[in-house]
Amino acid sequence: MHSEKVREILDKNGRLSSPVPDLSDDSDLYSAGLTSLATVSVMLALEDEFDIEIPDNMLSRKTFESISSIVETVNELAE
Amino acid sequence: MMKPLCQKGLDKDEFSALIKQVHEIGKTVILPAAADVDSEARFPKEGIDALKEAKLLSAYVPADLGGMELNITQLAKVCEILGQYCGSTAMVYAMHQVLVACLVHHSLGDGYFRRYLKELVEEQRLIASATTEVGISGDLRSSICAVNVEGDRFTLNKQAPVISYGEDADDLMVTCRRSEDASAGDQLHVLLKKGDFELEHTFSWDTMGFRGTCSDGYNITSSGHVQQIFPEPFSEILSEAMHPSAHILWGSLWIGIATDAVNKARSYVRSAARKNPEGAQVSSLRLAEVATTLQEMRHNMYVSVKNYQEILEAGDSAAISNFGFAIQINNLKLSCSELMVDIVGRSLLICGLSGYRNDSEYSLSRHIRDSYGAALMVNNDRIRGHNATMLTVHREG
Ligand SMILES: Cc1cc2nc3c(=O)[nH]c(=O)nc-3n(C[C@H](O)[C@H](O)[C@H](O)COP(=O)(O)OP(=O)(O)OC[C@H]3O[C@@H](n4cnc5c(N)ncnc54)[C@H](O)[C@@H]3O)c2cc1C
Repeated sequence: MHSEKVREILDKNGRLSSPVPDLSDDSDLYSAGLTSLATVSVMLALEDEFDIEIPDNMLSRKTFESISSIVETVNELAE
Repeated sequence: MMKPLCQKGLDKDEFSALIKQVHEIGKTVILPAAADVDSEARFPKEGIDALKEAKLLSAYVPADLGGMELNITQLAKVCEILGQYCGSTAMVYAMHQVLVACLVHHSLGDGYFRRYLKELVEEQRLIASATTEVGISGDLRSSICAVNVEGDRFTLNKQAPVISYGEDADDLMVTCRRSEDASAGDQLHVLLKKGDFELEHTFSWDTMGFRGTCSDGYNITSSGHVQQIFPEPFSEILSEAMHPSAHILWGSLWIGIATDAVNKARSYVRSAARKNPEGAQVSSLRLAEVATTLQEMRHNMYVSVKNYQEILEAGDSAAISNFGFAIQINNLKLSCSELMVDIVGRSLLICGLSGYRNDSEYSLSRHIRDSYGAALMVNNDRIRGHNATMLTVHREG
C-alpha cells in the first residue's frame, strides 16, 4: 500500500540511472544505480515520510535491494 | 549470497609449526632481500617463491580442494609475521589472499571456479587485482569499463593506473560494469588467466614506499569464456569478502611492520642501557609508551578478526552486509593505517640518528616510507566519507 510513496521517494532521493516508472517492484535497485550514499538519503526520507525509525539491524543491503523489500520494511515498521 | 563456510583452520600444533616455518622463511629468504627489493623497486621473487614452495599461496583454500584451509585469524597471523621481515613481500602476499578470499567465499558453488582453485593449489598461481581505473581513481564501487558478452565469449578492456605485481602475476581479477549500458555501480568481477590478457605498460611505480609491490599501470586488453565472470554482483563480493579480508590482512601486515619498528627500538634501548646504564631512562619510557600503542593496534585487530570469523562460521549474510559491520571494518583500516605511522615515528625518536641512517641495523627508513602508503590504499578520506554517510543513520556507537 505504501508502494506509490516509496516510488516517489526513490525518484526524488535515489539518484538512480533508470527512471523509477521503468522499474518493477522486484527490480534490483543496486543494478539501477543505487549507491550507499543515496541509500542514506532514501532512508532519511522514508523515516520522515512514514514517521518510523529504521533500526540498526535493518540497515543492510537487503533492506534496500528492491521497491518491494523497502515497502515490506515500511509496512513492518509503520504498524 | 554467502553460505556458511567453516574454514576449520589448522589445529594448535600444526599452526605453531607453520608459524615457525614462516619465521624461518622470513629470516633466511625475505629479510636478506628486503633492502634490495626496496632500493631497486623490484618484485620480491625469492620471498614469493619460498612461500609458493611452502604451499602458502593456497593457505586459505579449503582442504577438500587441496588447500591448507587456514581460518581468517590464522591467515592474518601469517601476514603479520611476513610484515616483520619485508612490507612489500607481505603486501604482495596479502593482496593475493584477498582475491583468494573472494574466490573461496563466492565461487565454490561453481564447477569452473572450483577447478581453478585446484589449479591454484597445484601450481601456486599468484593473482593480481585491477579495481582502480583511470577516470575513477580509488572509488571501488564505480567502473567505466564494461564487459562485452557475445555468445559464450567476452571481451574486456580496462585502463588500470595501478596493478600491484601485474607483470609477475599469473592471473588477474578485474572489476567492470555488467554491460555497456549498465550504471557505474552495476559491477561484475572477472577472472582473467594468463593467456587471456595483454598488458600495455602505461605508468611506472617509483614511489616512496611499498616499492617492491611493483604497482605499475597498464592498459588491459582481454577476452575469455563467460564462465570466468563471477556469478554474483561485485557489490556482494566486496561487502562479504574483499572489504573485510583486505582491511584485516593489510592491517595485520601493518602490525607486522610496526612490530619490527618497535623491536628495533627495543634492541636500541637495550644496547644503550648496556653501554650506559644511567642514560637510557628516557628512551625506555618512550619504549614503554609505544608498546602500549602497539598493543592497542593489535587488540583492535583481534576483535575485528574474531567478529568476522564468527560471522563466516555462522554464514550470517545479514550481519555481514549490515552498516555496523562495515563501519567497524572501516574503522579498523583507518585506525591501523594511522597508528602504524605513529608507532614507526615514535620508534624513530627512540633510535635517533641510528634509525634515520639508511646503513644502520636500526634503520627505519623503509618502515617509515611504507607506513605512509597505508592511508592511501583506498584513500582514508574516502573511507571516512563512507563512515560519515552510514553514521548519519546508524544509531548504535
Ligand atoms: C601500495 C599500493 C598498492 C596498490 N595496489 C593496487 C592494485 O593492485 N590494484 C588496484 O586496482 N589499485 C591498487 N592501488 C590503488 C589504491 O587502491 C587506490 O585506488 C589509490 O591508492 C587511491 O589513490 P588516491 O588517494 O590518489 O585516489 P583517490 O581515492 O581518488 O583520492 C584522491 C583524493 O580524493 C579525495 N576523496 C575522498 N573522498 C572522495 C570521494 N568520495 N570522491 C572523490 N574524491 C574523494 C581523497 O581524499 C584524495 O584527496 C594501490 C595503492 C597502493 C598505495
